[in-house]
Amino acid sequence: MRRVFIAGVGATRVDEHWDKSLRDLMRESSLKAIQDSGLSKKDIEAIYVGNMSSGFLQGQEHLGSLLATWIGVPGVAAAKVEAACASGGAALHQAYLAVRSGVYDCVLVVGVEKMTDAYTGDVTDALVMAEDQEYVAFTGLSFVALNAFVYRYYMKKYGVRQEDIAYFAVHDHKYAVNNPLAQYPRPITLDEVMKSPLVADPIHLLESAPIGDGSAALVLCSEEKLKALGKDVHLEIAGSAVATDVFSLHERADPTTLLATVKAARKAFSMASIEPKDVDVLEVHDAFTVLGVIHLEDMGFAKKGEGWRLLKEGQLEKDGDLPTNTMGGLKARGHPVGATGIYQVYEITLQLRGEAGKNQVPDPEVGVAQNVGGVGGTVAVHVVRRVR
Amino acid sequence: MAYLRSVPRVWREREIKYRLIGGACRSCGRRFYPYRQTCPACGSEEVERVKLPETGTVEVFTVVRSPPSEFAEQAPYVVALVRLDDGTLVPAQITDVDPGEVYEGMRVEAALRRYRTQGERGIIEYGIKFRPLIQ
Ligand SMILES: [Zn+2]
Repeated sequence: MRRVFIAGVGATRVDEHWDKSLRDLMRESSLKAIQDSGLSKKDIEAIYVGNMSSGFLQGQEHLGSLLATWIGVPGVAAAKVEAACASGGAALHQAYLAVRSGVYDCVLVVGVEKMTDAYTGDVTDALVMAEDQEYVAFTGLSFVALNAFVYRYYMKKYGVRQEDIAYFAVHDHKYAVNNPLAQYPRPITLDEVMKSPLVADPIHLLESAPIGDGSAALVLCSEEKLKALGKDVHLEIAGSAVATDVFSLHERADPTTLLATVKAARKAFSMASIEPKDVDVLEVHDAFTVLGVIHLEDMGFAKKGEGWRLLKEGQLEKDGDLPTNTMGGLKARGHPVGATGIYQVYEITLQLRGEAGKNQVPDPEVGVAQNVGGVGGTVAVHVVRRVR
Repeated sequence: MAYLRSVPRVWREREIKYRLIGGACRSCGRRFYPYRQTCPACGSEEVERVKLPETGTVEVFTVVRSPPSEFAEQAPYVVALVRLDDGTLVPAQITDVDPGEVYEGMRVEAALRRYRTQGERGIIEYGIKFRPLIQ
């Protein structure tokens, strides 16, 4: 099997892009990534598009072929990959397998979501499509409500104060300030978070990832292809894993642990021959503050019930032991759902190349991105390593 | 804009939804809702259809204030995970009580209620909600 490298990256700002369509966004990030790679369009042999809700929000499916035409390479293999909010990570896994297997030398993987074309109630409908429509969403549960259950269970089981969890939002905003692509590049205080309106008790508005539009793209290639480019920094995808859990939250034995995270992280870490202590920069899927804390625990960075300590003790800061969400995370960079998994790897790439500006972590070598679909029905974990 | 569901789609779920039919796995002992032929815990096909108990306890709940489009007129409303008396966990709305009066540990019983009306052309969907149990 062949080694897989990230040759180029590109992304749009996460924003309310009133002047740009779904296809404009994915075209923009794709062309940026191809340009960044030093390869040309003609090198692309296959395209994977991670997207959750274009069928419902735009009435548009068949995104693989659409993008191939809109970037002017009709003829290549292409398809959309869907796994709710983990669509980006799942698409990256497919792209990785395509190069790793030796079938393709050069593939494009794009994450995209255009959420502001729809009314808020319809976006709420789209997001809860990640859960069982016939027996769970049927009750009027929103996606936020499901996460509210997790929050309640977590605080009850471990006796953690909400303030210590909600601080994750403050952390994210602090780092978004220096991310030119972030949707909300401004600081917020814990007091503002705790006094913001409730969306579904106990989840406050400012504990929830926002609605936004965006697209991020990566060009992956084989070692042979990479050598021809003559780059100084080689970024290898050293681990790529996707795992699933029992589909509906209410049927799982322990709602405070996402078993799909545990499984995907173990698999990806083992592929890369790393342990949690080897991770220099981390992106976690904190769609809601409590999930950020739970992910730190499920990936093995903290004991169950103690993830909040990493936040409080400053270990998640850029100069801490485990720099996390250093470009603003889901809360403040934004969460255009199907694109998020690709934004995370885009940001890890900037860090490993030393291009993260004021948010730069000192000389990182190993980066990890964790991308969650639904309330953990699917989780993708990727390990990226700088190779000298 | 929620899409219209067909009459057969709602019709074929009627027994499981109206009567609270769950599964009991003969291999691992797990009970679950809704019923299906394969156990989600162990993968066994040896699953028995069981009528679940109609009383239970509110285990966790939340008040939905930013609802899916078809529930817009009902907000704010309470959704909960109810631990039935046989140990099975079921998602449902809590009804016949002010949202502010629901608490964890509250004893509740099943009641057949209207869940949503699909505009002027669609059908009216019913299902089980839970109301405070008067002892
Ligand atoms: Zn079983």
